[in-house]
Amino acid sequence: MKRSAQQEAFDSTPWAGRVRSYDIIKEGAIAILIVSILVITFSLVFGSPDDKQLTFKGWAQTNPTNFYDTTVQELAGTSGSAGYGPPYNHASDGLNMGPFWLQKWAGVTHPVDSTNDLVINPLSSTVLMPEVATALAAWKSASTDQQLAWATAYDTAIAAADGDYTAAGPGDFGPVPAIAQGLTDVAKSGSLDGLLLSGGNFFSTDNTKQILFFGDGTYLEDAATAANLQGNTWGMMNETGRYPGQAWLWLYSLWYQISPFTNEESAPLGANADAYIMFVVLGLTGALALAPIIPGLRSIPRRIPLQRLIWKNYYREENISRRK
Amino acid sequence: MSSELDTKTESTMWTAKLRNSWQRNLPIDKLLPDTQPAYVASWIYIFGVLTIAAFGDIIVSGLILSFAGPAWYHTSSLGLFVNSLHFWGVQLFFVFMVVHLWGKFWMAAWRGGRFRTWLTGIVAFLASIGTAFTGYLIQTNFDSQWIAYEAKDGFNAVGIGAFFTPTNIGQIMLIHVALLPLVLGVITVWHVLLVRKNGVVPPMDAAPEGGN
Amino acid sequence: MNVPATYIHFTSWLQISVANLIVILVMIALFTIALLTPFPGSNTKGSHKSGDHK
Repeated sequence: MKRSAQQEAFDSTPWAGRVRSYDIIKEGAIAILIVSILVITFSLVFGSPDDKQLTFKGWAQTNPTNFYDTTVQELAGTSGSAGYGPPYNHASDGLNMGPFWLQKWAGVTHPVDSTNDLVINPLSSTVLMPEVATALAAWKSASTDQQLAWATAYDTAIAAADGDYTAAGPGDFGPVPAIAQGLTDVAKSGSLDGLLLSGGNFFSTDNTKQILFFGDGTYLEDAATAANLQGNTWGMMNETGRYPGQAWLWLYSLWYQISPFTNEESAPLGANADAYIMFVVLGLTGALALAPIIPGLRSIPRRIPLQRLIWKNYYREENISRRK
Repeated sequence: MSSELDTKTESTMWTAKLRNSWQRNLPIDKLLPDTQPAYVASWIYIFGVLTIAAFGDIIVSGLILSFAGPAWYHTSSLGLFVNSLHFWGVQLFFVFMVVHLWGKFWMAAWRGGRFRTWLTGIVAFLASIGTAFTGYLIQTNFDSQWIAYEAKDGFNAVGIGAFFTPTNIGQIMLIHVALLPLVLGVITVWHVLLVRKNGVVPPMDAAPEGGN
Repeated sequence: MNVPATYIHFTSWLQISVANLIVILVMIALFTIALLTPFPGSNTKGSHKSGDHK
């Protein structure tokens, strides 16, 4: 339903009708007072969420097996981060939407070499037990093919043993077991967080390597599942503890609950869910921004006239009936 | 004083142009009115100012948190209280903003040349979500670790992750504390000035009958 | 408050925390109340034509 030019002209014209007294500064002051009282009250009564940060020390101490196994995956290049693709490495092309490979096109701008950045370099930067030092030296002096062969063999054997590396079948694993044990011990001591963060520097604020390594194992994931923060349980909207989360993200979180986006195996939509969902949300946001000019959407307030409630006093005083 | 200057000088001076435009579009009477049209008589109209009030609480508590640093509230009970002020300020901010948005939609408040007001409002909404997101990332607790881990996938998938790194707390902290509040503040001021300039939108059925 | 939250499951895929549900219900309540509650002071003192003041 198109509005008439006359109605539009009326709405654009500065108001020349009846007015009422209105104290804008007083209104602002009262608003600040009321909201501040509410905020202070809620803060005193409920506090705020603050679940303690996870550390590599915590991971290696509570689940050393998983930490060890993940270390081997980093060396074998089978971890999530090792196969991620841009912006960290070229191991994969990342996600695409038809002919659009935005992830790949943006390039590897934040290189992370899972094997060296997450395992070999941090281990090399600290004081080691003799057997670990020897193993590390053996690794470094071997060819890349040999390194990969050792690590892959061990990774496969561990997988065959359902993650129990102590039950891994026989094989030529070279220095990999000693390296994995070495890093596990470093993690248990508490120094791995700093080693991964600093990369040998004094100043650093980039936690990327830590986050990637964390996410490759189960420690972070399990904690998130326990707190109901996984994407497919509306986790984007949730908060730790019994606190309200981000209800305003409902329209973004929604798509992660819906097929085919829920199935990572389902190509192309499920396998590239993160990319498609970003664009769906972009489209919906665009619709919200452009609602005033979208036919159908812009006429909803006229067709469902809640406005009669908002302006009921004025309509009654001026005796204005509903305009069709 | 200005009337003594000849017209040619007035029309070319940048200062005069700005001053005249300002006086034309947003005279002090419009900026600080003591009346409103008689139809501005509904409780729905308070949600804009309530949103701004909540924003004020967020800024004040945020400034205290900035001064004391991001780790303060983990070990100080006063710090935790200030963090709570910031947290509940944000919750109320979004509650009031969304109710304000609903009100403006059902009023079709974009009418009469007010599309820009609607648009700046939506952009403010989006900027608020971005500001909140970066805020959650700098909590330096488990929640921020998880959010960084998950969010990077969304941004990486569309190429934005190549230059916006949710896992770089230094970058995110500066964006949250400096860049986005400034952007949000500017958009909010623009939004409010547009409302003052154009006036509150008249009721949908208020236009005189006839001439359809 | 730092204990696990309670989640309400509406369907197999639709669940929400109690806290988030309260927030949403509060918003709906505020909107409804704002629309239905009478606003004081209209058509009484203070109501005049624009330009009348001063």
